[in-house]
Amino acid sequence: MNPHLLTILIFLPLLAAAVMLTVPARRQSAYRYIALVTGLFQLVLSGGMYYLFHPKGAGISQERLYQFVDHIPWIRLDMGGLGRLEIDYFVGVDGLSMPLLFLSALVMVIAIGASWNVQKSAKGYFVLLMTLDMAVMGVFSALDFFLFYVFYELMLLPLYFLIGIWGGVRREYAAIKFFLYTLFGSVFMLLVIVGLYFSVTNPDTGAHTFNMLYMMDPANYVSGSFFSALANQELFSIPARLLGFIVLFIAFAIKVPIVPLHTWLPDAHVEAPTPISIILAGILLKVGGYGILRICFSIFPDAAVQSAWWLGLIGVVSIIYGALVALTQHDLKRMIAYSSVSHMGFVILGMASLTTEGTAGAMFQMISHGFLSAALFFLVGMLYDRVHDRGIYHFRGLATLMPRYTVFVALAFFASLGLPGFSAFIGEVFVIIGTFNAESVNGLLPRWMAIAGSVGILLSAAYFLWTLQRMFFGQPYLKGGGAWSKALTDASPRETAIMVPMLVLALVLGVYPALAFDKINASVLALVELVVGN
Amino acid sequence: MIDLIWLIPLLPLVGFLLNGLGRNVLSKPLVGLLGSGVVLASFLLSCGVFAEVYTARQAGEPAVFIQSVFEWIAAGSLEVSLSFLVDPLSAIMLLIVTGIGFLIHVYSIGYMKHDAGFAKFFAFLNLFVFFMLVLVLGSNYAVMFIGWEGVGLCSYLLIGFWFKNKEFASAGKKAFVMNRIGDLSFLIAVFLIFNTFGTLEFTGVFPQAAGMAMGDTTLLLVTLLLFVAATGKSAQIPLFTWLPDAMAGPTPVSALIHAATMVTAGIYMIARSNILFTLSPVTLQIVAAIGICTALLAAAIAITQNDIKKVLAYSTVSQLGYMFLGLGVGAFTGAFFHVITHAFFKALLFLGAGSVIHAMGDEQDMRHMGGLKKHLPITYVTMLVATIAIAGIPPLSGFFSKDEILAHAFSANKLLWVLGFVGALFTAFYMFRLLSLTFFGKFRGTTEQADHLHESPASMTVPLIILAVLSAVGGLLNVPSALGGGQALANFLSPVFADSAAVTGPFHLDHSTEYVLMAVSAVGAIVMAVVAYRQYAVKGTVPKADDAPRGVLAKLSYHKFYVDELYDTLVVRPLNALSVFFYRIVDRAGIDGLVNGLGKRVGESAQGIRLLQNGNVGSYIFMMVIAAVLILAFGVFNG
Repeated sequence: MNPHLLTILIFLPLLAAAVMLTVPARRQSAYRYIALVTGLFQLVLSGGMYYLFHPKGAGISQERLYQFVDHIPWIRLDMGGLGRLEIDYFVGVDGLSMPLLFLSALVMVIAIGASWNVQKSAKGYFVLLMTLDMAVMGVFSALDFFLFYVFYELMLLPLYFLIGIWGGVRREYAAIKFFLYTLFGSVFMLLVIVGLYFSVTNPDTGAHTFNMLYMMDPANYVSGSFFSALANQELFSIPARLLGFIVLFIAFAIKVPIVPLHTWLPDAHVEAPTPISIILAGILLKVGGYGILRICFSIFPDAAVQSAWWLGLIGVVSIIYGALVALTQHDLKRMIAYSSVSHMGFVILGMASLTTEGTAGAMFQMISHGFLSAALFFLVGMLYDRVHDRGIYHFRGLATLMPRYTVFVALAFFASLGLPGFSAFIGEVFVIIGTFNAESVNGLLPRWMAIAGSVGILLSAAYFLWTLQRMFFGQPYLKGGGAWSKALTDASPRETAIMVPMLVLALVLGVYPALAFDKINASVLALVELVVGN
Repeated sequence: MIDLIWLIPLLPLVGFLLNGLGRNVLSKPLVGLLGSGVVLASFLLSCGVFAEVYTARQAGEPAVFIQSVFEWIAAGSLEVSLSFLVDPLSAIMLLIVTGIGFLIHVYSIGYMKHDAGFAKFFAFLNLFVFFMLVLVLGSNYAVMFIGWEGVGLCSYLLIGFWFKNKEFASAGKKAFVMNRIGDLSFLIAVFLIFNTFGTLEFTGVFPQAAGMAMGDTTLLLVTLLLFVAATGKSAQIPLFTWLPDAMAGPTPVSALIHAATMVTAGIYMIARSNILFTLSPVTLQIVAAIGICTALLAAAIAITQNDIKKVLAYSTVSQLGYMFLGLGVGAFTGAFFHVITHAFFKALLFLGAGSVIHAMGDEQDMRHMGGLKKHLPITYVTMLVATIAIAGIPPLSGFFSKDEILAHAFSANKLLWVLGFVGALFTAFYMFRLLSLTFFGKFRGTTEQADHLHESPASMTVPLIILAVLSAVGGLLNVPSALGGGQALANFLSPVFADSAAVTGPFHLDHSTEYVLMAVSAVGAIVMAVVAYRQYAVKGTVPKADDAPRGVLAKLSYHKFYVDELYDTLVVRPLNALSVFFYRIVDRAGIDGLVNGLGKRVGESAQGIRLLQNGNVGSYIFMMVIAAVLILAFGVFNG
């Protein structure tokens, strides 16, 4: 009995897009309702799956431990002397992907809510949004590398157009920058995929395969093949497996993003319309983190262990650098974009520790940052919608003008700066505990990295509180004068309805993190075992 | 009653939620009733809990009760439960937090009566009490840390309560960020404790620690980190500058958070972890040194300040320094005794100052006060009691607690005693200076203010009277044996400090030496009180205007030894410069310059093959397939 829930979850937006295409363009408001219904349905579906998800389903390298699996042959091509080409439609869920699927569905609903007032060719906008929705769901579910790559690339195009057409003044520059950065990563990724394909065979059929789970088992590598651990092949005098790991890591790390591959992010965020910023921060960055765990670490565990120190360093640098740069920003959105760089640095650091605490913390941080950053960008959008300005120095004393909005901002800021009781605290603390313990558990990371990482928590208090004080406190003063103070109305019911659940979620996960950890733990244990156990 | 421990923090949380959500709906009397009522209920429950602890102690039991609420975190090897611990130490803190908390809530009903943010104020105050109770009751370092950060948040919210004033909001931010430096240190200490002991529960950590060697490096590190955390919360060198600025908050906040409860959290935490510190003599020496230096520095600043709340703020910093001195010389009971008496008289002083400020129409500069004795008789008498108590003049409470700390300091190191004695002289001076400038001599304010002068309403004076009684008799809690006392507090707390006592052995000082020390400090305090009284009350000297020329020392003291300016130069500016450097140079010019340059190069060379990009999706897909095939083929031949 397999109701194909996961497949329905992935392709539902495609159906919605198809329906939208049949709706005549003059019925503008129909699109957003179709999108909203789809989003809510996905949210309920993924919520139900989350609830049904068995916490013992570790997944990682064992197909039988995945849940909601659909595995059917997709492309079978006899290539003569080269054997048979095997590409499967293979999707399934484990503790790494389940929370991220739910998160994606949630962030999508928020993004649709934030798209409510899109006027410019609404049809195209919502069709692209639905395509993007399908692609991200697919990325988090695919277990066949070819399928993964298809979804991964499919994600890129709608985003490029959504930024490039619906974005701000410098939208084209931002879109192209985003496109080039990401393309740079994925082109090389394709080479590694091909290399892996020719190195790995399906033990049952003997054919070459794109099945990721087979790639995780050293026994499936053809002896003497490029990525075989035993063959010790080298390219440019770098061991092949290390090279493969580095290439894949860079591809995903661009998405995370890490310093110094992060400069697309502030521009993309600043130019992107609010809903796209929400999706970028809430979902896209997590694709990077997810890819590192699912693919880089699982397929090249040996290289992951070798590179752990460097990854830890990258994490720490991103944390501190992002926070420091956030301190000097004058544009609220750019400030939050850099804070994302800093907060995502914790994800890298936690993974690099290769301890259960650190990796679980990295997962938790991704979830927490997912909806908190979505909330932050939504809040920026609320301001921008009203006065088309985001300059931190252009506002003062907003607390007097917009009290409810101020409560939301203050809660979101305090949640983001890692106050105990909110989710970000749990994520960051687990990352640091993991890093701290790494020295005695596996000796991969030195303790100073834990301490340097925690300095980031301190800096985040500085930039968030500074912003709060600069924009919200003091006597009201607005750059736009009376016109602005008329435009700056307090949070509307629609906006309140979107904000409240997210802040409640931040609080609930902070007070009762077991809601997420219960689903994550088994997979994290299996992953750490797979990587360090070798 | 013990089964109801969880209700003690929960009630104020409920008060916070009700007042917070109903802030636009509920009437002011209802808000006040609700806000104070929940704290009173917690106080009554705390009394019940205390009674049980007391009974158990009388029966000779250690009286430790643990109540687990739920498992908070379980991931990897880390398991932390939200659980509460009641023992003699936390039982007393419960009474202080809820008891004084209740009085200050009642006082606030009168003090904040005309404020538009009345309900918000009570909500925040309730939230503070909640977090403070979590801090006190936590049975492990993680729960303690939640309370620790939570009180910092409430402190931030309440310091910046009048957020329309830019400086006030900025003071809140400063307090939070400086506290966070300490919190960070706390967090790292927690990691190290977990890494070393495998648990964060007090009942798991301390017995293991008791078995460790004296001077163990890990313990040294843990205690140093915990001490840095304490310097943040309890405003010690180098993290003390936020507390005087924190006076921007409404006066009841200064009384509750920045005098009686939150700022003593650092002392509570170290007293709780006493065995770790006892086994790290180096840390204890540092604690004592920082404590006495802070006590002296802050006292030296207090003698020239003219803002009534600033004087009290520096006095608080200074008195906290005494408590750390006590901890540093192993006088755990003495330090905690001073926490208790200080909570009484300093809360009273702040509330009294609030009563004065209220009567003066929000005037805080003592140069514009004077002669208020006859207008505010109750405020005057109660503040007089508190002043005598804090100055260390017998037989009021401050004398006993300070004496106990100084006696231990004497037996540890004579120099510490001398410095402590000098600090006590300063204390007597600045406190009687404050009293004289405020209540004696002629009124120096405007005629408008003179007409407005009035004694505060009963909701404000009754708490003053209760606190005055406590300040007067609080010393009876722990009368030293030299004076024929039974040392009730020391006996009550003895199980908490038992492990440390086993290491250090019993404290002993001859009675004759003790009499001499007591006499010297009492006489010294009285002399300084008289000097200040003659100078400011009898002669009627008024402190100089802000820009009047001052001697070097007076100038240093008046400008708070330029510590803020020093931090600004050493930390804030370099950090900002670094931040700008990273953004402008590294990010924009460096990385983006490279990317854009690359992009431009690609763009130029792409001009030629532009025809390939004709906007036809079909041809794109075709190209993609061709490319994929080419790549596959490349792989095949190289594989």
